[in-house]
Amino acid sequence: MIDRAMSKRHPHNVPMIEFINVNKWFGEFHVLRDINLTVRKGEKVVVCGPSGSGKSTMIRCINRLEAHQEGTIRVVGTEMTDDLRNIETIRRDVGMVFQSFNVFPHLTVMDNLTIGPIYVLKMPEKQAQERAMELLERIKIPEQAHKYPGQLSGGQQQRVAIARALIMRPKIMLFDEPTSALDPEMINEVLDVMVELAQEGMTMLVITHEMGFARQVADLMVFMDEGEIVETAPPEKFFTNPKSDRTKFFMSQILSH
Amino acid sequence: MLESAAMRKATSHRSPPKYSIGVFGWIRANLFSNVYNTIMTLLAAWAIFVTLPEFIRWAFIDSVWYAKDSMVCREAAGACWAVIAEKHRVMLFGTFPFEEHWRGVLAIAIMIGLAIISAFPRFWSYKLFGAWMVAIALVLILMLGGIFGLKPTGTHEWGGLPLTLMLFIGAIVGGLPMAVLLALGRRSKMPAIKAICIGIIEITRGVPLVTILFMASLMFPLFMPEGVTIDKVLRAQIAMMIFFGAYGAEIVRGGLQAIPMGQYEAADAIGLTYWQKTRKIILPQALRIVIPAMMNDIIRAFKNTTFISIVGLFDILGATATSLEDPLWVRYAIEAYIFIFILYFCFCYTMSKYSQWVEKRLSAGRNL
Repeated sequence: MIDRAMSKRHPHNVPMIEFINVNKWFGEFHVLRDINLTVRKGEKVVVCGPSGSGKSTMIRCINRLEAHQEGTIRVVGTEMTDDLRNIETIRRDVGMVFQSFNVFPHLTVMDNLTIGPIYVLKMPEKQAQERAMELLERIKIPEQAHKYPGQLSGGQQQRVAIARALIMRPKIMLFDEPTSALDPEMINEVLDVMVELAQEGMTMLVITHEMGFARQVADLMVFMDEGEIVETAPPEKFFTNPKSDRTKFFMSQILSH
Repeated sequence: MLESAAMRKATSHRSPPKYSIGVFGWIRANLFSNVYNTIMTLLAAWAIFVTLPEFIRWAFIDSVWYAKDSMVCREAAGACWAVIAEKHRVMLFGTFPFEEHWRGVLAIAIMIGLAIISAFPRFWSYKLFGAWMVAIALVLILMLGGIFGLKPTGTHEWGGLPLTLMLFIGAIVGGLPMAVLLALGRRSKMPAIKAICIGIIEITRGVPLVTILFMASLMFPLFMPEGVTIDKVLRAQIAMMIFFGAYGAEIVRGGLQAIPMGQYEAADAIGLTYWQKTRKIILPQALRIVIPAMMNDIIRAFKNTTFISIVGLFDILGATATSLEDPLWVRYAIEAYIFIFILYFCFCYTMSKYSQWVEKRLSAGRNL
């Protein structure tokens, strides 16, 4: 069963993210339960599930925005530990996009993009700005380079946030509900950028309820509930014939309107 | 937007009712809007009517502006502003040697000049901090003398406006970085640093400034090994710095708490280190938020300089009190204090207006 489910995946590619029996608690609350998941190079994995199911917490453990307590997380071969050097190494390889954009409001779009390359990669300012302009062309807002985020629409801000992550040339991109805070007419401009990124072969782990996007790009669907991974399946199977009742119930709820 | 405007038929524009606009509208809304407001307005008008003419007579009509000696003032029925002309040197410079007062003037000019430059956000950078270090060095050279052929003048001779400004600026220039470090330390994950910072903040905030000044000037020397002395002005300066720093720390902490967690997380996700994140992402936003509250404390720090007369230093208020010990002029203390009042008001009101201006300017065009 599992083997067939993996058919569309890339079983021979190197693992980029590995969760091995990962557990985490917030106080007494068991938020992640025995998480096992492998994301291989070039794969796009879409995670869905009801709110409070632990999906955000799971991907935030990958770059240490949250610390797990039990089990092993390995990112591009480096094990995530308390060691600051490991955290630094991993964060260089992992870009992240948040639900609430989290662009820096006091910096221009250009400075939002170049702050990472200049301070983390120690890149000369000029080169960083060139790289930033390339990305701004790509997300189609080069004319906004010298504006502040407050002067941009939500969709533009989120695209800036994506560019801010991409400018570091990460090996993995994490998306934590990137379109949930957007007005409906702006969702597509963000999804378009993500689809393009997927087509270029980026390894992506995406939490989203945009099922159209999931169908289009996902190699693997992951359904989480109450801190567990309930089901993992390739999208064609996941959407047409989910195994678990919890998945069925969830899908009926989000697809009913 | 355009389309809907075009589709909508323009409704005819009507002027607001006459009684709600113009001078009458303003008077109606602000002075006579209800019974209590009307009573208060009438009471205030009566109080002004009773006191103002008398004050004007005293201050301007029957007053003496120039007088060779205080006897001229005795014969007048009004204010004797001549006391200011007579005593202004002592009021402004205390016991600083008379022929060296130009050094005090220059020191004041340097401090006020750089303060004005510092007021413009376009000059805000770490270079400005360096400029202040240079300015402070220049002021110290001017005030201490002893080099470049300047007559040595010890700190015991300092007084008046230069001392007031020096203590004020010292408290701010030293206290602001201290406030930021204490606030960061208080939120630190390292228990020892956190405990030390909380200790400094809470102990300082738990006692009045006067107590700290007394400790600095009377008790501190007792704890020092024999032969070691620290200058009295310096001790008062450090006390004021710590006092300002501790209060400022809580203000900065408020600003740090107002920054959404997402800003910290985004900076972490990019891979910025703690200090890069703090310097480039968190502090610029947090400090901007706390400018109004911080200006409030800066104004208070300015007024707090008057407390140093308690430990035997003569700031401008103390120097004025001393100058009025002259029996010939002692009866004109009110006039002298009105002058000091106006001086303090000019400084404080300028800072207060500036705070409003800079707040408005920094929020323009940015979505914080």
